[in-house]
Amino acid sequence: MAFIELDKLSKTYTTDAGRVSALSQTNLQIEEGSFLGVMGPSGSGKSTLLTLLGGLALPSTGRMLIDEIDVYALGDEMRADFRREYLGFVFQAYNLIPYLTAIENVMLPLAVTRIGSAQQTELAVDALTRVGLGNRIDHLPNQLSGGEQERVAIARALVNHPPLILADEPTGSLDSATTTEIMNLFSELNREGQTIIMVTHNAEIRPYFDRIVALKDGSIESDIDLKPEQAVAVG
Amino acid sequence: MNLFGIALRNLKRRKARMAFLVIGLLIGVATVVSLFSLSSSMREDVQHKMENFGANILVMPTRNDLALNYGGIALGGVMAETTELIEADLVKLNAIPNAKNISVVAPKVIGIGDIDGSKVMVMGVDPTVEFRLKRWWTIEGAEISSVRDVVVGSRVAKSFALTVGAAIEVNKRPFTVAGIIQPTGSQDDDLILVSLPVAQTMLGKEGNVSFVEVAALCGDCPVDDMVNQISATLPGAEVSAIQQVVKSRMHALEQFETFSLAVSVIVLFIGSMVVFVTMMGSVNERCHEIGIFRALGFRKHHVIKLILTEAVVVSLVAGIAGYLSGIAAASGLLPWVADTHAQIVWDPTLAVASILTAIVIGAVATLYPALHASRLDPADALRTL
Repeated sequence: MAFIELDKLSKTYTTDAGRVSALSQTNLQIEEGSFLGVMGPSGSGKSTLLTLLGGLALPSTGRMLIDEIDVYALGDEMRADFRREYLGFVFQAYNLIPYLTAIENVMLPLAVTRIGSAQQTELAVDALTRVGLGNRIDHLPNQLSGGEQERVAIARALVNHPPLILADEPTGSLDSATTTEIMNLFSELNREGQTIIMVTHNAEIRPYFDRIVALKDGSIESDIDLKPEQAVAVG
Repeated sequence: MNLFGIALRNLKRRKARMAFLVIGLLIGVATVVSLFSLSSSMREDVQHKMENFGANILVMPTRNDLALNYGGIALGGVMAETTELIEADLVKLNAIPNAKNISVVAPKVIGIGDIDGSKVMVMGVDPTVEFRLKRWWTIEGAEISSVRDVVVGSRVAKSFALTVGAAIEVNKRPFTVAGIIQPTGSQDDDLILVSLPVAQTMLGKEGNVSFVEVAALCGDCPVDDMVNQISATLPGAEVSAIQQVVKSRMHALEQFETFSLAVSVIVLFIGSMVVFVTMMGSVNERCHEIGIFRALGFRKHHVIKLILTEAVVVSLVAGIAGYLSGIAAASGLLPWVADTHAQIVWDPTLAVASILTAIVIGAVATLYPALHASRLDPADALRTL
């Protein structure tokens, strides 16, 4: 059984213009350790897919198993626990809390656990060091560059050692040099065994993925499995 | 890092909003504290007056006839036959069960005197207690200190053109005007006061007293019980309690307390509305942030706890500052509503109650915004996903 299994997953939104199908009858299996790129034009359903993978919204039909857990069968609070234990999010706009320092932002997922303050600090420093920001832990987000903020966001996604990282356009607002740095970091994490699903419409980063699912009008248009030897290691 | 730490950091970031919230609640708490402090100080003030000023029990001879005067106007010179109390009987007052509550016993004898052919009301008093009892009298000159001294009311002084130190003959006895009572607006203005034994001799009422004013010592001592005890001790006397003035003052105070309560409820309601609107605005402003928290694995109750923690911290500050401001305001206002001896006292119960009230109001007013925040759909709240 695959690490992630989507079984006829659909999501329909009701708008003033009527019912809109954002994702229809999607079946997908993702193995542990994958670096999956989800690509497609705007409105293709990739953000909806990521929202459903993250358990942030309920599907209209279908189910999803992650590590054999039927995520949508969990209650609302249990899904929050699931996100905390299983997922690390890297958002498009970094989504750092502006009044918390880099280390405090990284500690956020730990703030509602039983992990003590000293161990929280240790884990957060480790995560920030891992992304190359060990010397900027006490800076507020507005004192950091875009690339540094992205690194803080990645450190926050890593701090609780989740089995799965979901990234939404993490390079969307970065220049090409910083994009390369960040993608190398993701690649490195993936090589260490981290499962990563990344939504992007940036074709330049295709070589980093070991599998690319292309969506169009809410359905899978293509599913290309790149062999490990075909994956490009950059840097 | 925990929810409390996150709450504190957010409060630090939104200083202006939080200051507005503190002020909204502070005004409410300060108003309540100052009104409560004022009314309790005023109550103590009234009790103090009851303890220290004036008589509250009147002992008179039993009369079978009805009074033929009203409001100071006597009808047709009809004089009821007067009886007197026996002065020696007054020692019995020391034996009543509530004797310790008796502060002053002021016997008096009254009769008609004659000054150069004009009739005046002469009252014999015990100078050692009378002037203590009538603290509202302002006397120009001195009190009675010898058997040849008189103190005259203002109208008497005016009628006979008397000044302090002037010589005067009453019933052909020579006296010196030791003092003049400044106008009181009462019958006291028409009196000539002499010492009790002199008046008794002069009026031919040796050993008798016309009536006795008694001051009981405490505000809430059983006046009616004492009236009954004195009645039983002095069978020939009619004993009554003068409670009207005190009761009307207490009634006014009770009305003020009711008014204070109503104002407090309104002000606290407005305070809670300020908290509600501010916290609701804050939650709506922080939708995105709350979405991040939820995406990162915060449960709904974590979000509720976070918002409530902020409200409780703000309310605690507002409660403490409100109590201190209320006490300061009450101290400033007190001289306007009570006598100078009244003071605002440090009342730990009021302090704790006002801080707790602030916290409860802050928390209750924030409950709905907190629930609203927890119910935000994390995907909607994030929008970027």
